[in-house]
Amino acid sequence: MAKVLVVTSGKGGVGKTTSTAALGAALAQMGERVVVVDFDVGLRNLDLVLGAERRVVFDLINVVQGVAKLSQALIRDKRLENLWLLPASQTRDKDALTEEGVGSIIADLRTKFDWILCDSPAGIERGATLAMRYADEAVIVTNPEVSSVRDSDRIIGMLDSKTVKAERGERVEKHVLITRYDSARASRGEMLSIEDILEILATPLLGIIPESQDVLRASNVGSPVTLNNAASAPARAYIDAVRRLMGETVTMMVPVERKGLMNRLLGRRAA
Amino acid sequence: MMNLLRLISGRTASAPVARERLQILLAHERGLRGQPELLELLRAEILAAVSRHVVLDPEKVVVRMERGKQVSTLEVDIEVPNGFERSLAAAS
Repeated sequence: MAKVLVVTSGKGGVGKTTSTAALGAALAQMGERVVVVDFDVGLRNLDLVLGAERRVVFDLINVVQGVAKLSQALIRDKRLENLWLLPASQTRDKDALTEEGVGSIIADLRTKFDWILCDSPAGIERGATLAMRYADEAVIVTNPEVSSVRDSDRIIGMLDSKTVKAERGERVEKHVLITRYDSARASRGEMLSIEDILEILATPLLGIIPESQDVLRASNVGSPVTLNNAASAPARAYIDAVRRLMGETVTMMVPVERKGLMNRLLGRRAA
Repeated sequence: MMNLLRLISGRTASAPVARERLQILLAHERGLRGQPELLELLRAEILAAVSRHVVLDPEKVVVRMERGKQVSTLEVDIEVPNGFERSLAAAS
């Protein structure tokens, strides 16, 4: 049965789009049929992170308004045949999205894919509420930083009250994904620890993505990090997270960057 | 080890401060959650009920909720102008 998963956070810049691309690609690499849907109307970026920015013809709004068919708007990834993108509109404003329109597209996508990943815009406005509206599961992307944790808490409250599942008295299955984690700084007490974040948010952990240059390098070239460098620390962390999403039990650990001798001598420990 | 590093770097750990601030803030914000809509509804209905008998300035009706561990209190503060019976008679 298809699963609708929203990638959300409240706060901007914590890694929602990067994580949507990486999780979507990793799921597709495991043979799942995946569509990633960009809900950030007016500020789309999932196309860019996936390297499909020059292939966008129709978008989510066109489909909602009946200008294009869903099949015309879906873009198939050039590297992974199981991965598709439904881009957001760059020119329209977010009010063009309606709850009914989004609902019927999600229902349609459910018949075609195993996973529907909804990349939420930042904030708690219409785009964000519509991205989570039909979700079965949610990944709350959180940085080990006070403002991000606070916004995640707010979003968790919304997932428990403003989704179709919540209104039916069911629960959206929630997972926290901690990104940009620097275990060296955390162990020095300079950064909130994993335990601190989980205790405060009282939500299970899906994975810990270490701060890494590989993330920026991957988005620079328009390739999900799990595809661009599958052996890198963040890629391994995303792959572990996806295995947990699929029900596997995977020991939680922060993948370590394999650094050279010079870095070690300079004291830049990554463990 | 942690203390040793801290000694060398000369900095104190800021994470415990972050953690404590968050815990206090979120305890407060979770208490407020869902409350604005309820309070707005209560305010509107109280205003309507009282306005049937007394002429009021809607801005002078304040409804507040204090959440406690055991009990919560609902505070309704309505400012009534002097001689309100007369103003009501004039209004009707």
